[in-house]
Amino acid sequence: MAATAVPARRRGSERPGPARLGASWTMAVRALNFWLVNYRRTWRGTIYSSVAHPILYLSAMGLGLGVLVDQHGTASLGHVSYLAFLAPGLLAAGALQTAMGESTYPVLASVKWLKTYQAAAATPLRPSDLLHGHLLFTVMRLTMNSAIFVIVMSAFGAVQSAWVIFAIPVCVLTGLAFAAPIEAFAITRDKDSSFAMLYRFGLIPLFLFSGTFFPVTQLPAWIRPLAYVTPLWHGVALCRSLSLGTADPLGALGHVAYLAALALAGVLVAQRNYRRRLYV
Amino acid sequence: MPDSEVLIHARDLTKRFGDFTAVDGIGFELHRGEAFGFLGPNGAGKSSTMRMIGCVSPPTSGELTILGMDSVRQGQRIRARLGVVPQEDTLDVELTVRENLLIYGRYFGLPRDVITERTTRLLEFVQLTERAEDQVEPLSGGMKRRLTIARSLVNEPEILLLDEPTTGLDPQARHVVWDRLFRLKQQGVTLVLTTHYMDEAEQLCDRLVVMDAGQIAAEGSPRELIEAYSTPEVLELRFHPTEHDQAAEKLADVPADRMEILADRVLLYVPDGDRALAAVRARGVEPLTSLVRRSTLEDVFLRLTGRRLED
Repeated sequence: MAATAVPARRRGSERPGPARLGASWTMAVRALNFWLVNYRRTWRGTIYSSVAHPILYLSAMGLGLGVLVDQHGTASLGHVSYLAFLAPGLLAAGALQTAMGESTYPVLASVKWLKTYQAAAATPLRPSDLLHGHLLFTVMRLTMNSAIFVIVMSAFGAVQSAWVIFAIPVCVLTGLAFAAPIEAFAITRDKDSSFAMLYRFGLIPLFLFSGTFFPVTQLPAWIRPLAYVTPLWHGVALCRSLSLGTADPLGALGHVAYLAALALAGVLVAQRNYRRRLYV
Repeated sequence: MPDSEVLIHARDLTKRFGDFTAVDGIGFELHRGEAFGFLGPNGAGKSSTMRMIGCVSPPTSGELTILGMDSVRQGQRIRARLGVVPQEDTLDVELTVRENLLIYGRYFGLPRDVITERTTRLLEFVQLTERAEDQVEPLSGGMKRRLTIARSLVNEPEILLLDEPTTGLDPQARHVVWDRLFRLKQQGVTLVLTTHYMDEAEQLCDRLVVMDAGQIAAEGSPRELIEAYSTPEVLELRFHPTEHDQAAEKLADVPADRMEILADRVLLYVPDGDRALAAVRARGVEPLTSLVRRSTLEDVFLRLTGRRLED
């Protein structure tokens, strides 16, 4: 029955040529396929939380808390309602959460718990292809979540400008500015204990103090520079200016450049760390 | 194999991890269509060698050519033509049997319809057709191993690398795996395997090298190795623990090529086991049990290294 299960020689036409193998993009898409097949089982649940998350936050804080804030005058918010101020902040902070979720536990699971990365490394895929494939998947998740968020924001009447559409790629970039460096760190881990620290001392302070809930100018002057160097502040500031229609090209370019530099640096370090971890 | 093509060529191959030398300047050649084994105890350097052949571990020094290509510079192209069954299962246990093959086939850039067709064939080959739509997690160890073998064949590899293919399996599951590997060999697939089971090496390998402490201690077919390093027969004697040492002393002048005194047994390497047993009894020594058997690779290993394989 299995007499022809495996021919001794493969057919010549199937032998991958150097041109096909060299194409990093093709390889990254093959690695992306792994995440997509896995995502087929879980996508419903993730969509549910992607929709519920903005609805809950915008109702409780934007509408509930917002009424109280607005009664005290909104000069320090730039004369917009608290809801309109808060929504783009939450949008950018959501990208940070998506990025953290994708670049920590799934990476450790692939390299340590399930060893699916080692399985893939035995094929034509290189460590960098696995990294790129996972980052592509992260880009997809970031795009989905921020697009849903923008739709919900609009439904809440929290958007003042059609420029908000560009907040979606900004969120992808903000997410990558976190995902790539965190991925570079996660691939070196053997245990997940450091991720809890990352959430406690990284994500939560960033979430609270990067201008998401109140302008950074409310912070004591000495600590403000710290807020300005955090990538989330750049994402929040840019998303907010797009949503409120107050973006100026030069400022926007500065934010984008800063975020892109961080993402790129993260990718380069992650490429090196992936190689070191998988080629021992 | 005079007329067959050399698929793997290694010279002075060395792998160091810091101060530890895992593989210490080994050399070997592997021909198309043969089943080649690395036999040795844990820590002998077998897996490190396998990972270098699999092009996922750059050699510290030395030469390693696979399918005529350099293992480091052309690793990607080599891996496209290899099948790998790693020591530890690396299946995606959250997915189904079929999805595991689909993902793996995609890694090699195979079109979906080709993967579907091969999946049907390969699952039949490893006797997992009924489990195609089941999740991998609850499968038995033997089934997971067979699935890993099916997965390694999805790209129709020219060389199949198996790192301890049956370690951790119960005897029945091992025999099923051996049977499948034997069929692959019959079909002309070149097999490279590591093992610390001498029966596995004897059953599957046309040719093998005995590895110890990162070096190759001997090379040949199982039969050649036994002929060169052991006697046709072995007499195994067991004594009461309190008499063990004493008895061993009394046997010193029994005519034998070699005597090995193990913790629980005394082994006499002789041309004729029954005659040796008679000589033992003639000295007034009566063992609790005695066994005359043919020499195995275990005996070869003991002779070469002074240690047992599974220690």
